[in-house]
Amino acid sequence: MTQPLLEVRGVSKAFGKVQANKDLSIHVNPGEIVALLGENGAGKSTLVKQIFGLINPDDGEIIVKGDSTPIKDPSDAISRGIGMVHQHFQLVPVMTVAENIILGNEPRKGLKLDIDGAREMVRRISDQYGLEVDPDAEIEDLPVGTQQRVEILKALSRSVDLLILDEPTAVLTPQETDELLDVMKSLAANGTSIVFITHKLREVLAVADRVYVLRDGELAGEVLARETDQAGLALLMVGREVVLRVDKGEPHVGEEVLKVEDLVVLDDRRLKAVNGMNVSVRTGEIVGVAGVEGNGQREFVEAIAGMRPVVSGRITLSQTDDITTAQPHHVHAAGVGHIPEDREKHGLVAGYSIADNLVLNRFDEPEFSARGIRNFAARDENAEVLVEKFDIRTASIGSSAASLSGGNKQKVVVARELSAEPKLLLAAQPTRGVDVGSIEFIHNQIVAARDAGAGVLLVSAELDEILSLADRIVVMHAGHVVAEMPAKDADRQLIGRLMAGGN
Amino acid sequence: MRYFNAHRKGLIALALVTIGFYAFYFISPIKATSMLESSWRFAIPLVLAAMVGVIGERSGVVNIGIEGQMLTAAFAGFFGAALTGSLLVGAVAGVIAGIVMGAFLAWTTVKWQLDQIIAGVVLNIVAAGVTSFYYKQGYTLPALMPKFEVPILSQIPLIGPVFFNRGVFALAALVLVFVIQYMLFSTRWGLRTRAIGEYPNAADTSGIDVIKMRLINVTLAGGLAGMAGAYLSMEAAGTFERGFTAGRGFLALAIMIFGAWYPNRVMAAALFFGFASATASQLQIDKVVDIPQQFINMLPFVMTLIVLSVAAGRVRPPAAAGTPFVKGSA
Ligand SMILES: Nc1ncnc2c1ncn2[C@@H]1O[C@H](COP(=O)(O)OP(=O)(O)OP(=O)(O)O)[C@@H](O)[C@H]1O
Ligand SMILES: [Mg+2]
Repeated sequence: MTQPLLEVRGVSKAFGKVQANKDLSIHVNPGEIVALLGENGAGKSTLVKQIFGLINPDDGEIIVKGDSTPIKDPSDAISRGIGMVHQHFQLVPVMTVAENIILGNEPRKGLKLDIDGAREMVRRISDQYGLEVDPDAEIEDLPVGTQQRVEILKALSRSVDLLILDEPTAVLTPQETDELLDVMKSLAANGTSIVFITHKLREVLAVADRVYVLRDGELAGEVLARETDQAGLALLMVGREVVLRVDKGEPHVGEEVLKVEDLVVLDDRRLKAVNGMNVSVRTGEIVGVAGVEGNGQREFVEAIAGMRPVVSGRITLSQTDDITTAQPHHVHAAGVGHIPEDREKHGLVAGYSIADNLVLNRFDEPEFSARGIRNFAARDENAEVLVEKFDIRTASIGSSAASLSGGNKQKVVVARELSAEPKLLLAAQPTRGVDVGSIEFIHNQIVAARDAGAGVLLVSAELDEILSLADRIVVMHAGHVVAEMPAKDADRQLIGRLMAGGN
Repeated sequence: MRYFNAHRKGLIALALVTIGFYAFYFISPIKATSMLESSWRFAIPLVLAAMVGVIGERSGVVNIGIEGQMLTAAFAGFFGAALTGSLLVGAVAGVIAGIVMGAFLAWTTVKWQLDQIIAGVVLNIVAAGVTSFYYKQGYTLPALMPKFEVPILSQIPLIGPVFFNRGVFALAALVLVFVIQYMLFSTRWGLRTRAIGEYPNAADTSGIDVIKMRLINVTLAGGLAGMAGAYLSMEAAGTFERGFTAGRGFLALAIMIFGAWYPNRVMAAALFFGFASATASQLQIDKVVDIPQQFINMLPFVMTLIVLSVAAGRVRPPAAAGTPFVKGSA
């Protein structure tokens, strides 16, 4: 047998009381694609961060091409041929694509940066892998999918033998995902080894050769991808059968809870992102907004939540309450819950404790404070209940939100918004980055909120999520609704065509 | 051509101002020269000091201790020269004092992650205390720092005598504006410096040693504060008193913001401040208006208030300025 390219032997890592990795051993052969699966907080990111030298193991060895000297830091990892695409983008927002790609490995002419050379290089690798980017665009102007492409190009720009991809597909559209999977296959065919983290079992089965499953920081299993299926993987991950389909009864539809009329909203570049949007949501139903990301969904939800000014049109709650110009606080007080698309930016305060984050928009309500003085006992009690109910994996309710794994952050936001028992729930990408077990749980919670009489507006880039959760589907394209249908009549192919702007 | 397109607004403004000033020079050569001269004299220490702030914040470290760094350097320069009788010793002492103060800020905030504002305040208090305590009356410099006439350039009418017939620190200020501008935007050091000040985690994952780079940048930037201080005591005034820098370190921070963290714009901003105060003085000399001298002296600070309230929300500071970098927190 050939020598493995990467060998991890008995690695352990603790953060305070949390044992994120326990005596883990894995190996990756040259040209092999290995998937790492596991629930949120299982320790996947922790493991790969150690391989990339971002954090150092407490115990154990990481051997790259037979060399067992510890990997000190990322520059050490890079020099040994390891590249990584991070779960949270590691790009400088105010710099251009080319500048970001060369950062840390800059071509120079004498003392001067060779920016022309950098542009050339970006064009060349972008052609080579079929990942299209404009080298001169600034990162902050780019949609997340393109930013992800830049991340990948950046890793590929330094000849890598081992490429680590930590949830690269969480923010990609299905088409972009397929493109990425193709790139991965062709890289592997050319001898590059890949460690791939994802929560989407379909992707694992599509590209991986071998799968490691982590549970609570330990290795829970190892299987060959061709010898398993989605249900088998889910069972290994969660330790029980997972229902991949949502079980829900007939909706009991009541009065109109949200009416949006002729809405026009601008995006950050001051272009009309939402252009003549009309939607109505009634109590007891889930309306799914399907659409390719970047067709105004984000601006649409933000306008309802009061986070973005409305240019024209009207937003009415429960037929009488005009919230077109209301501030987020008032929208919340009027009974609207909001699971924002960008949890890091709009959903959480990273430095606050989990307990505080769970009452972030309600700390001043009578339940949690009296005469301007906060009731910490009530806050902690609330936190204990929600952490238990939503299975948020954390050392304590006093830990900062920043210490949570990606999926657990999402659960904090979902728990907070659902626990307020909103009459209208705006759910934007509610299961992004969440493991299959938790997706099932969050879906059930959303259905329960519906059955308790809430209206739900669900925006998701996952067509599967829309198809399995929604009672009614609207397709959004270029800032307005292009089609509407009851979910039971929905046809996957047709919706796909409508999303792309066809008919 | 690409250069012109990218900097069109700035270049046009520069051309208009130059034409305007030469028109003024044509009408009244003496007055134009003296006003430009006092504008630049006012601007020199501010330019140097503001660049300390630019390099610090571009690297992610807020430096409100520039005032203290300058004060210490002015003190060290003056007494270094006065006690040894050597201007060279004084000049070197001034710059080293600035670097030492820079190192203090760097190690406390970057290495030990002390709050950057608190560290800056400490710097200012320590500097004020030490320089007052050891201050002694009755010393004089052997001479003012000598002037150098830059060949050819100093022969240009108007700008020649104003900019190119100066002492070393003033000439250094002029050259360093362009050097640092170039370094920040056209070299590897600049790209990395901007990255560690905007999003240090991205730099870290790209294999850049954020901590080391911040330590070096903040420490060496102290040398610029050293030049600013030594300029004031050894080149401009030739004296030293308690509280000698008189708030220029804070004014420099306003100019840094007005200049949007770009060295060349910082120079323009400093000259603009200088020109405003020169205009006020000139109006008084010409008896056009009769305002007490105190109000004239207040002008830069009033302008600071106005500028900052206008600039607030329009310019964007480096995103990570003010936050310590903790490894592995991404
Ligand atoms: N810097 C940190 N400080 C404290 N705890 C941490 C830190 N980083 C991770 N943890 C904890 O370690 C555990 C493993 O986290 P990790 O990020 O590796 O999970 P993951 O498998 O990548 O999950 P996800 O799928 O949600 O991204 C979690 O319980 C998390 O809260
Ligand atoms: Mg992770």
